[in-house]
Amino acid sequence: MRDEAFYFFTSIGNYTGVSAVSLDEFLQKIKDVDIKSLEFHLFREDFEKWISQTLGDGRLAEDIRAIRIQKIVGNSLRDRLYFLVSRRLKELKAGPVR
Amino acid sequence: MDDLDRQILRLLQENAKQTYSEIGAKLDVAHSTVYDRIQKMEHGGFITKYEAMVDAERMGIPLITAQMIITADPKETEGIAERMAKFGQVLEVATSFSEELVIIAKVVAKDQSELHSFIARSIAPLPGVLRIRTAIVTRKYKEERFSVGQEKKLSKTKE
Repeated sequence: MRDEAFYFFTSIGNYTGVSAVSLDEFLQKIKDVDIKSLEFHLFREDFEKWISQTLGDGRLAEDIRAIRIQKIVGNSLRDRLYFLVSRRLKELKAGPVR
Repeated sequence: MDDLDRQILRLLQENAKQTYSEIGAKLDVAHSTVYDRIQKMEHGGFITKYEAMVDAERMGIPLITAQMIITADPKETEGIAERMAKFGQVLEVATSFSEELVIIAKVVAKDQSELHSFIARSIAPLPGVLRIRTAIVTRKYKEERFSVGQEKKLSKTKE
């Protein structure tokens, strides 16, 4: 059982079969998962909760909160999420000294 | 099991609180005969239990019911169904076959939020779960259990 995973649903109780256990995997999955799933979880604040509580990344959670407040939907939402998560991953992989 | 046994079962299914005498009077047999027959059917496992049907809505217990269809890795299907059967939220669970082997389940929760949490935290993470479809029941038009004698009517049914 992947207790720490994020499970993508399209609505209450409707699981897509897509899950992610890490930010790397999350980035890959948001590229292709049903757009309805991204909208469903964004407005339930599920992404923010998982990223802050399970991954412990308050900063990225805050960035995602901002796109929720802007009410971005559809492919713009996918693109924005992808941009934020990939940018954060780059930062985390770079380390403090460049 | 003969016709008298079936008639006794049918009456018990209508109202299990009837006395042996009341059942005997309806079927025109001695209450001791009814007693003996019921004892035999209980020991033989034909009568599995007596239970009270409770109307949760009338009791003020807010509950939502949902029907789930779970598509799973065929090698894991049985294990998933067995694990699901242990959850209190799951009222019924069975494996079924249409175009593919699936698990069907009836679940209850206090509200949509709890239903979603239960499915996301307890069902989706089970190894082998590939996809879940859930439909929340909005209105029931009929809810009955199978009753003795019903099998005879099945082939004669007309709308």
